[in-house]
Amino acid sequence: MKVILNSKQIERILMDLTSRIISDTPKDLDIAVIGIRSRGEVLAQRLSKSLSGKLGRDIPCGTLDITLYRDDLNSPHGVAQPQVRTTEIGFDVDDKIIVLVDDVLYTGRSARAAMDALIDLGRPRAIRLAVLVNRSGREFPIQADYAGFQSDAAPDSLVQVNLIESDGKDEVTIG
Amino acid sequence: MALIRKSRQLKWHRKHLLGLRELSSDEITYILDTACGFEQISTRSVKKAPPLRGKVVVNLFFEDSTRTRNSFALAANRLSADIIEFTKKDSSVSKGETLLDTAKNLEAMGIDIVVIRHSAGGAAKFLSRNINASVVNAGDGFCEHPTQGLLDVYTIRKIKGSLEGLKIAIVGDIAHSRVARSDMWAMTKLGAEVTFVGPPTLMPSQVSQLPVNVSYSLDEVIEEVDVVNMLRIQFERLGGNPFPSIREYSHYFGLTVERMKRAKKDILVMHPGPINRGLEIESEVADGSNSVILNQVTNGLAVRMAVLFLVNQASAQKAIS
Repeated sequence: MKVILNSKQIERILMDLTSRIISDTPKDLDIAVIGIRSRGEVLAQRLSKSLSGKLGRDIPCGTLDITLYRDDLNSPHGVAQPQVRTTEIGFDVDDKIIVLVDDVLYTGRSARAAMDALIDLGRPRAIRLAVLVNRSGREFPIQADYAGFQSDAAPDSLVQVNLIESDGKDEVTIG
Repeated sequence: MALIRKSRQLKWHRKHLLGLRELSSDEITYILDTACGFEQISTRSVKKAPPLRGKVVVNLFFEDSTRTRNSFALAANRLSADIIEFTKKDSSVSKGETLLDTAKNLEAMGIDIVVIRHSAGGAAKFLSRNINASVVNAGDGFCEHPTQGLLDVYTIRKIKGSLEGLKIAIVGDIAHSRVARSDMWAMTKLGAEVTFVGPPTLMPSQVSQLPVNVSYSLDEVIEEVDVVNMLRIQFERLGGNPFPSIREYSHYFGLTVERMKRAKKDILVMHPGPINRGLEIESEVADGSNSVILNQVTNGLAVRMAVLFLVNQASAQKAIS
């Protein structure tokens, strides 16, 4: 197992993503951040905090559970029983720029599911995708708008994102 | 986060939901936790999610029902399943077809989940042993009505936080009530203390072997309970004269405004419906601020979505192994 990002590097990436999101988004538009359970949830909270700090206004933050939208629920290759959890988005997504946040973008299947789940909640003005690790191996035509670390990890390796809030430390490993 | 990890350890493996007696408290909690995730589907702009897309659910109801049948139908619709409605009245059952033949014929059309209500205890279990589809019990005889039990504990847990240590009275026609039985299993497994309240003639004969207290007086328990669940007198099932008159029954076992004055301020008043207003419960109480009767109906939808989702998942995984 090899550490590819330590806590300093994770922090730096999140600051970089924050400023790129701000410079890309016209000032008069509403931004909201939505994290994909479960590591995306934590990253979204951090991003919303740093965006709020830099913009001087509250950037709302929500959590999306994509279980019901996964494409492997009834598939023989599906992973063992994902647990359905709550989606917690306490604001209207209509007409907002939604920054969708996940820890790793890999096959693109989670992002696809997340977009479908989001559209059932309303009609955002735009959906942007922000990820901490951009891993090669896409199976769907989906790319991140804001990507942190680029990883070319082999298909049989595991990229594991640990975050203080959920795992006790900030660290990304590959093994 | 710790909580999430704990419930993740459990793997749901049941292809059928036949009753709550056979479930562990962890399994019941798993269903309730799953149901939380389905609640918001009913409150958003698109009231539909895709997990049962392409699956077929049959509502196989050999007894009358409005609430449960509609609730299952809506639950199936919201999960994007197709649903076939089957009622005894307009089917070949009136031409003498047996339960198994009816089910086998439906199965031959390629159904995935059968939701069955039947007057014979054990009907759901019988079906589950004889067909390949998942079977969900929507009420069998006087035995169980598991989704009602689940939605009742879901409603209580949502308001009280937990069932641990709560005192719950289930009042009325216990003998003929599958709701009372499913409630009892779910509530006691989650740590509540349950008391069956009613006239001796409406108590099940083997009540002393059940994990409940028994009381023949509502006045005796009303002051100390956190939840009271009022059952309907099932006149259609009653033989003989279990009580002298309806008035006398109301006098001793009805939930009246007067009795509510002696109850805890935050007592939850529940009823599985349909209500006989003025008989087992006064209108002011049924519509009062302690009543969660309509919350039960709303929560029932989320619970049934969770159950349909879980049995289908278990079925898909069994197909793999």
